[in-house]
Amino acid sequence: MSRRTLLKVGVAGGAALLLGRWLYIATTPKPASHGTLEASARTMLAAIIPVLLDGALPGGADAGVAYAETLAGVEQTIAGLPPATRDELAELFSLLDFAPTRCLVAGIWSPWAQASREAIEAFLVSWRDSRFALLRSAYGALHQIVLAAWYANPRSWPAIGYPGPPALSTE
Amino acid sequence: MMAEVLRQSRLPDPFRAGLDSGWKVVDASTLAEDRDITADVAIVGTGAGGGTAAEILAQAGLSVVMIEEGPLATSSNFRMREADAYPQLYQESAARKTKDKAINILQGRCVGGSTTVNWTSSFRTPAATLEHWAGAFGLAGFGATDLAPWFERMEQRLNITAWPVVPNENNDALHRGAQALGIGADAIRRNVKGCWNIGYCGMGCPTNAKQSMLVTTIPAALERGATLLTRTRALAFEHGAGRVTALKCAGLDAGGTDPSPRRITVRARTFIAAGGAIGTPALLLRSGLPDPHGVIGKATFLHPTVVSAALMPERVDGFSGAPQTIYSDHFLGTDPSGPIGYKLEVPPIHPVLAAITLPGRGAAHARWMHELPHLQVVVALLRDGFHPESPGGRVTLRADGTPLLDYPLNDYFWDGARRALATMAEIQFAAGAKTVMPVHASGVSYDRWSDARAGLAALPLAPLVAPVFSAHVMGGSPLGPDVRRAAVDTDGRYHHLENLYVLDGSLFPTSIGANPQLSIYAITAKLATGLAQRLRGA
Repeated sequence: MSRRTLLKVGVAGGAALLLGRWLYIATTPKPASHGTLEASARTMLAAIIPVLLDGALPGGADAGVAYAETLAGVEQTIAGLPPATRDELAELFSLLDFAPTRCLVAGIWSPWAQASREAIEAFLVSWRDSRFALLRSAYGALHQIVLAAWYANPRSWPAIGYPGPPALSTE
Repeated sequence: MMAEVLRQSRLPDPFRAGLDSGWKVVDASTLAEDRDITADVAIVGTGAGGGTAAEILAQAGLSVVMIEEGPLATSSNFRMREADAYPQLYQESAARKTKDKAINILQGRCVGGSTTVNWTSSFRTPAATLEHWAGAFGLAGFGATDLAPWFERMEQRLNITAWPVVPNENNDALHRGAQALGIGADAIRRNVKGCWNIGYCGMGCPTNAKQSMLVTTIPAALERGATLLTRTRALAFEHGAGRVTALKCAGLDAGGTDPSPRRITVRARTFIAAGGAIGTPALLLRSGLPDPHGVIGKATFLHPTVVSAALMPERVDGFSGAPQTIYSDHFLGTDPSGPIGYKLEVPPIHPVLAAITLPGRGAAHARWMHELPHLQVVVALLRDGFHPESPGGRVTLRADGTPLLDYPLNDYFWDGARRALATMAEIQFAAGAKTVMPVHASGVSYDRWSDARAGLAALPLAPLVAPVFSAHVMGGSPLGPDVRRAAVDTDGRYHHLENLYVLDGSLFPTSIGANPQLSIYAITAKLATGLAQRLRGA
């Protein structure tokens, strides 16, 4: 890629990010801070969790439970964060839910429930490798919150050879 | 499942016994009405600084009230599960971050502060650090000889001694690899008494072996009649005519995250800020104290830490055994004008900590997680604050008054991070690693040292590309005689108010260059003892 192309891509990317944030801020009511996740955030996480945890979540009979518990774990984690962090995450989730910003900033052109695994993987990689620290930090937040929720769950431990905490007893 | 057979611990819980005997402990999330409290001394924070001060002042016969934002959790609550421990015992559920999110900070937020959840590593302040403070900051009375009696006193109080047990394999790999390369590595002293060598220090010690503030100084202060307020956020000092007149506090809700409508007003002769190097500067900033030279919150240090993961042919079981028992200061460097130096240690390897540290997603991440028992991890803690290009961060306030640390990572730091990643990879290969992964967004790993050396030389390093961690917060209201650069004088007293003291890690003019708990204990013990003598004489 030539320097000129790189510059054009960079400028276009920057414009998309700015436009996306502007669109989002201009058209979205401030998200509620406390309590449970919005239904739309759950839909988005429902699409992202299987991609982040591909190869980690069990198949077969345990799959549904493991997935539901991970989503519940994410929700519980968010509820335990300070208000300012909850607000930031709510803003991120709204930005990912709102169709214009979802398309422009995340590159997801269909609603989350219909987004392909490949599209979601491409979105995650593009944010991880973004030249915008803001998008890299958003990728980091999704990574941390989803992976922590699954590996905090004892159901994940047998597959990784973690025996769990030892039994303590003075008997 | 193994976890399901975990039985309710029947070990003694001396703190619960103390509560039953009538210790004055109030959980502000349960208050039905506002409160006014009066004491000789009010201490904000119950970590290494606040806990040490509370015992010394209570033993001097002064009435003490301790104000803690976190909850009271004691050994019977410590179930050795990350899912419980991080939200319950850590700042921001162990996910506290700097402003640009590039550094993840592990810091305690509970009775005992970080001492309740630290990994027990105990070092005296390095002589080079104290010499630098004397030379660059004109700090008199804090040399190695001056502090020796205070180190001895706190080492005795907290049973800080050599750890005679064979290190676990995670630590031994650091020792073995370093030795193979002719790099000095030694054993870490620990503040434990009758340690079971379980490996769960970071989730609260379930056997009360760790001599944290939770089981030592705070019980001693409560036994002498001190009062402890928990889930109580210090909002601001009220001040006038050169003195602090009151401390305004808010209760928190039952979840401990949001303020409740309850207000608590604390009146005292003397106030001590000991909320740690992020909390203390934030409290001083919220209070609108006189700060003519704008020093509060600047020069905050973290020992920014980079991580190297390795796969070993044999089991490591880094979740088991005392987590941090070997260190190397070979690369620490002591010349303040030189490149940044680093201390090498290892962390415990539990599932959540491993999962959030390892890069990648899906199958690539899962492959590394499946190797958890073979995972060996070394960390390099970079010694910040000694060089003009290492000015540290700055504590600011969010719109809601909570602290936000802005800590930019610059080229001077990344140069050290790159050298540290190479050092750690070389040591891990020398210890027998099959594969080494410098923790980095790309997920790149190497099977040979020569490949790692070449790869690391070219690896792009930037904020949020190479993850950076911190478990040590220092500075932000530094000690020193020069009012243009220091917030407090060499008695620990705020330069511009006569009855406000700072007694915690925020006193340090630079980072320590070692795990800071013993530095905090010794320096606050010295300052609190001086304060107790003055208050008793008054």
